[in-house]
Formats: sequence, structure tokens, C-alpha cells
Amino acid sequence: MTALLSTHALKAFYGDAQALFGIDFSLVQGELVAIIGANGAGKSTFLKSLTGLVRAPREAIEFKGRPIGGLPPGDIVRQGLAMVPEGRRLFPSLSVEENLLMGATAARRGPWNLQRLYALFPILAQKRHQPGTSLSGGQQQMVALGRALMSNPEVLLCDELSLGLAPIVIREIYAAMPTITGEGMTVVIVEQDVTMARQVSQRIYCFQEGRVSLEGDSGDLTREQISQAYFGIEAAHG
Amino acid sequence: MVETLVQGVLLGGLYTLFALGQSLMFGVMRLTNTAQGDFIILGAFAVIAGVSLTGDAVAPWLVALAVLPVAFGFGYALQRYVLNGTLGKDPLPSLVVTFGLSIVIQNLLLELFSADPRAIDTGGLSTQGIALGGAMSVGVLPLVVLAIALVATGALQWLFARTALGRSFRAVSDDREIAELMGLNAKKVYAFATAIAFVLIAVAGALQGMRTTVSPSDGPLLLLFAFEAVIIGGMGSFWGTLAGAMILGITQQIGFRLDPGWGIWFGHIVFLVVLVLRPQGLFPKTRG
Amino acid sequence: MKRMTNMPPTLVAVERATAASRAALAVGIALVLVAASLPWWGESSWMREFVEIACYFIFAMMWNLLAGYGGMVSIGQQAFFGFGGYVMLMLGNFAGVNPFVAIPLGALAAGLVAIPVSFVAFRLSGGYFAIGTWVIAEVFRLSFANVSAVGGGSGTTLTALRGIEKATRESTTYWMALACVVAAVALVYLFLRSKRGLALLAIRDNEVAAESQGIPVARMKLAVYVVAAFGAGLAGALYFVGNLRISPDAAFSVNWTAFAIFMVVIGGIGRIEGPLVGALIFWALNKFLSDYGTWYLLGLGLLAILVTLFFKQGLWGYAQQRWGWSLFPTQRKLSPVHAPAGVKASSRG
Repeated sequence: MTALLSTHALKAFYGDAQALFGIDFSLVQGELVAIIGANGAGKSTFLKSLTGLVRAPREAIEFKGRPIGGLPPGDIVRQGLAMVPEGRRLFPSLSVEENLLMGATAARRGPWNLQRLYALFPILAQKRHQPGTSLSGGQQQMVALGRALMSNPEVLLCDELSLGLAPIVIREIYAAMPTITGEGMTVVIVEQDVTMARQVSQRIYCFQEGRVSLEGDSGDLTREQISQAYFGIEAAHG
Repeated sequence: MVETLVQGVLLGGLYTLFALGQSLMFGVMRLTNTAQGDFIILGAFAVIAGVSLTGDAVAPWLVALAVLPVAFGFGYALQRYVLNGTLGKDPLPSLVVTFGLSIVIQNLLLELFSADPRAIDTGGLSTQGIALGGAMSVGVLPLVVLAIALVATGALQWLFARTALGRSFRAVSDDREIAELMGLNAKKVYAFATAIAFVLIAVAGALQGMRTTVSPSDGPLLLLFAFEAVIIGGMGSFWGTLAGAMILGITQQIGFRLDPGWGIWFGHIVFLVVLVLRPQGLFPKTRG
Repeated sequence: MKRMTNMPPTLVAVERATAASRAALAVGIALVLVAASLPWWGESSWMREFVEIACYFIFAMMWNLLAGYGGMVSIGQQAFFGFGGYVMLMLGNFAGVNPFVAIPLGALAAGLVAIPVSFVAFRLSGGYFAIGTWVIAEVFRLSFANVSAVGGGSGTTLTALRGIEKATRESTTYWMALACVVAAVALVYLFLRSKRGLALLAIRDNEVAAESQGIPVARMKLAVYVVAAFGAGLAGALYFVGNLRISPDAAFSVNWTAFAIFMVVIGGIGRIEGPLVGALIFWALNKFLSDYGTWYLLGLGLLAILVTLFFKQGLWGYAQQRWGWSLFPTQRKLSPVHAPAGVKASSRG
């Protein structure tokens, strides 16, 4: 199957500091792929490069057969690549519903709308007119997720959904995943929680200091392989 | 005393119109337009020029109305092609550019119109009054100004709270990066905000030219009034700006009453006192 | 466990001055000596012009210090300029102080009054700080305009210099101006090269990070504000000794800040040579074009806008970037010095 989204030797910089040293990545339609790695490994930078928040060379990123590196974020979301940003980043001056409506700015056709979102996360319907940032962490994460879904993307990128949330809340949010992927949406999750990542994904990439240190099917990789790739420790020779 | 209060409120109406554009631009993009007052004066002179160009054929009100779409386009272009380039963490570029514009406008007007004060002839409207019980009468024009101020404030508030454009203004002001992630073109949103601000500026200029004489160097003082109204009222709220303008107008009138030389000074002092005691303003809108 | 490879430690030398700057210092001293001799061979109009340009330059340099290094853009420094001038005049006219002595006293007064002013001004930041300082300057202007003892709105004359012969007065004013210029430049240069200067740069770049490193941000900002006010007051007092006549509109005019902004923006904010280059360009433009009145000012405004939009570093900054020019180096360059052969690399880190 041809890749829906792929990167080739992707490099990224923050000013003079290099954050990504050549990432090769590919994604086929319908997959749920997880990216794991320690803090500072470049996971968020990678997602930001995909969505246009960090500059990337034009040919380094391909989406639906077309190079999208360096395009403005608005163009990328209109083509069907949306992101749930790290740390939620809801708009404090907007209510829950208004935050969700902002996601629909891209005006793409698809199954996701306010009603469907409220059916998926009923608590949001109750709090729809409250300021977005007055909700609890988990509820804010639902809003952020919903906001990205409102653009009816083909590929959804989720940056650290579980950040700062209690385990029971994390489970609640990931419980919504099947509904999201059920209609064929392709999802990439960046996760610190390795167990959760292995559970929900079909394939895993492990990032370490700006490089891919491991890649494989979630079911095939051993815990030991993952730890070593995560921390960058060389295998001890027996 | 009641008369002073009433005059203060009416003056506050005018100051509201001076300040709304400033409040809008700062609210949406953190841009301080130090040429605000000069653009108001430019608006007044635009109407004056329009009136003299059309002879007596067209009523000043209509000329003023015709200036509004021109102001909209001008504001849009100014933001899009000049001011957008000055936005960022450093306040210096926008300050220098708007300050430079202030100098350019003042000297351009001086060249085109000389330093003589001019006014827009409203055919006696500026002197008409309505009796308000007892021995007091208020001018019709100031009442019109107050009414326009109230409508403008309400309209802006409604625009921000209830329309998609207003939502974009708030979103882009909260978090430009994420707003762009949603698909907004921040540069165009900013340009729209300034375009609206300039319509308000043109209205303020036209009314100022009708109520009193204007001369090319009047701008800076109007800027200070606009600024004081915004700070006293508290940032983030248009009704707050109106309240701040009212307070400023009233304090100035009280000052004028005590001694004509100290009116404006008194307004400045009250502003500084508010700044020291309650720097967030009297009616600030708190962000989540 | 991975082991880090053992690298020979490189010694680094800290370079603080370029060859060009050392030459410039020598040239500068020579220029000052030549300039000091001017009253004996130059025309008195030159001396008067120099005094005026000196005031512009000192004021601009202090504005530059405040904005470029302190990170505080003010449109109200004329408050201290005029205050210094008025204090000088009052000391001269009412307290019998020699006006030349009153110049530094006026500067001192301006520095002192900046302290209570800062309590108000520092409530604001960014663009609103700028306008707030303008309001404060207006309060100064209106206040002095209502004090009849100094002539109210129409101002008054500096009578204390009446008895002195014109030539003597002019040369003394000139030397005073020269001394002030040298002092101001030296003050700013030494300040910025010191540890405080580094701290200031850190604050300008990132206040929170600087605070977390133990830099007392609030105190430093106050210090810069007071020093800038002192300098503005110095320029003001000097100006009105040269002018002999003061009025609120002249003393507290926002044009002073406008010219300072122009000089600094053209020359380059945050660089010491900037105000110097800007002042020279401003002087030249003034000399040849000020007859055109409004068109000249309009041109200045346009130039400032264009330079801000397209030459973000100012013209001198552009030169610095492009060709590495630097006359007043405040940077410290690290250059690796290779250990001479035969020296064993010690097993440090």
C-alpha cells in the first residue's frame, strides 16, 4: 500500500539548534501509529514539522502524494492533516463550543460535527458555554481532540494526549479512539506512556535524540528492545 | 455640578470613539498605534477636503459616510502591507513605524492645509441645543456623538462575542500559532481588525471636525485621551473603554470647572492615580 | 555504559577589542584634543552648532541605553530633559549657582525625580509604557506651564549668565558640551562592558531566565531608567545654558524623543556606534534640508519607517552584520587557542 503520509530524511532546527537529524517515517491509511521517546527526543518537533509550525524542506514531507514541507499550517489542515497540540492550548477567551467551532475553520466535509462530538463526549455538551480553560485537564483534552476532529481530517496527529492526566482519565480519552478510527481515520499518537502506546497502536516508532532508534509492529517488539531504544543504551554484550 | 457631570458624559462619548479603535487594535494584535490621534485628524481633514471638493452639493454627513469605506480599505492595506511587518515580541518596530506615520501625517496635513484650524460646517447643528429641564440645555451634536458612541461600543461587543469574525479576533489574540493551525490566516485577520478600527477612527474624526475646529497638530493630544480612556477602563472590554472614557471626560470637566488651565492636567493626574492604585483598570476582562 | 571520548581541552581566549577599535580609540582621543582647541581657531557659530548636536547626541544615546539595553521604549524622556533644564535655570536664577555648575546638578535632579516617576511608569509595559511616559511628560509640561515664577507658559530667560562676556560664555559652553559628550560616551561604554552591562543584555533577551539566574531585574531596570534620566537631564541643562531661554513647549516637546528615535533607529538600536552614526546623519540632514520645513520632517518620518521595516538593525547594524565593523566593542568573542605541542592534555572532564 502506498503511504498516505511519509517523511524522508527530515531535518528540523530551532534557530541554530538541530532537533531532528533525518527522520524517515511512513503511514498507510487506517493505521494507528505510536511515536514514543523520552523528553526532548524530537517527537513534538516532528509533529510540528508535519503541520507546518516548524519549517521543513518542501520535499521532505509527502502527504497524499504531494510535497507539503514548509507550507503554511492553514494549507496543511485544509488538505486534511490536523493536530491536537501538546498541552491542549485551548483558546482562553473562547467557550468550549467556540473552541470546537474554531476547528471547523478549515471547512472540510466529513462525519464530524458538534452533535457527533457531544455524543462522543457528553460532558462537553453540558459545559459548552463555559470558557474552554475553566474545565478540568481531561475535559480540556477532550475539547482539544474534538477541535481537531471538527476539521474532518484524514490524518489526526495527537501530541501527548495523556500529559498531566490521571490514569483513569487517560483511559477515558483513549476509549474514544475506536470511534475515531472506526471510520478509517488514520491516527498518529505521540505518547510518554509506553504501555498505552503498545496497547492501542499497530506500529511503533521510537525517537531518541532526534533520530528514529527503533521501528516495528507493536506486537513484535519486546520490552527490552523498546527500553534500549528509548534510553539509547547500547546492548550489553554477553 | 450636574451640568459638569452631563458635559463630562457627553465628552466621554467623544473620547469613547477616540479610544475604541485603539482598544480594538491592541486587543487583537497587541499593537500600539501611536498615530491614532493623527489618523483621527486625518479623517477629519478627509471630510473637510471632501466637502470643499463637492462644493455645497453634498451634505457633510454624506461626505463623512463616503469616507468610511475609504477608511476601511486604507486600514486594511496599512495593516496588511506595513504594520503586519512590525508585529512581534519587540514593541519597538510598531512604535517607531506608527510614530513615523504620526510625523508624516502631521506634516502632510500642514503642507496641504496650512496650520489654520478648520471645521466641518454642519449648518448650525453644532450650536443647536435641547432643553433638559430647569436652566440646563445640552447640545444636539454632543448627544448624537454619545448615541453613536453607545451604538459603536455595543456593535463592537456584539461583533466580538457573537460572530465568526469576532471569534477569529479572539482566537488569534489568544494564540496566534494555534489559530493558524486551525486554518486562520492571521495576517488577514489582523488586517480586518485594523480596517474596522479605521472606520471608527474616521467616524471619530468626522465628529471631532463637526464639534470643534481641527488643525494638523491636534493628533497627539487625542492619542493621549484615547490611551487614558483605555487604561482607566481596563483592557479587554469595550464597555470598559466606554466607562474609562466617561470617567476621563468627567474628571476633565471637573478640572476645567476648578480652573480652565488645569482641566487636561487633572485628567492626566487621575489617569496616573488609577494606574498606580489599580493598574489593571477599573473594569478589566480577566482571561481564563 | 557508553564512555565519552577523551578530547584534548582547548584553551579559549576572550577577545574584547578589535584592532579597528583600538585604532578608533586613539583617533577619538586625538579628535577630542583637536576639538578642545576649537575656540581659538573656529567660528562661534560652529561652537553653537556643536553644543546643539551634543545635546541631541547625548539625549539619543541615553534613549538608546534605555530602549536598546534596558528594553524600555519611552516616548517621554523629554520629561527629564526639560526638568534638568528648568532645575538648572532655577538654581542659576534663584539660588545664585553658577549655571555651568548647575548643569550636572540639573542632571542629578532629573535622575532623582525619575525614581518616583518609575513607580508610576513601571506599572505599564511595552507599547503602553511608551505612551504612559508621554502622559507623564505632559504632566511635567503642564505643571511647569502653570508656575509663574518661571514664566508660566511663555517661559523665561537664564539671567544668571548676563554679566559674562559673550566669547567667554560661548567657549565655556562649548567645552562643557565637549566634556559632557566624552563623559556620556565613557559612562555608557564602561557600563555596558561591565558585568552590569551583561546582566542588562540578559534581561533584554529573556527577563524570566535572567531573574532565575539571580539577576535583580527590577533593580537593574530602575538603575537604567535613572541613568537614562540623568543623561537626559544633562542634555537638557546643557541645551538651555546654550539657548539662554527656556519655555515649557521647548523643554518638554515630544520632538526631542522623535529626533532621538530617528537617530537611534537610523544608526541602529542597541549599539553604541548607532546613536553616533545617527546623530551625524541627522546633523547632515538638518544642515542641508531643514529649510524645507515640513517636507524635511516628513522625509525624516518616512526614512525612519523604511529603515525600521527593511533594515531592522539600522544602517550601522547592517554594516556590523555585513562587514563586521565594530568601533565600540561590547561583545566578547571566544576564539580557540590551541595548546602548544608538548603540553600534555590533563584528564579534565
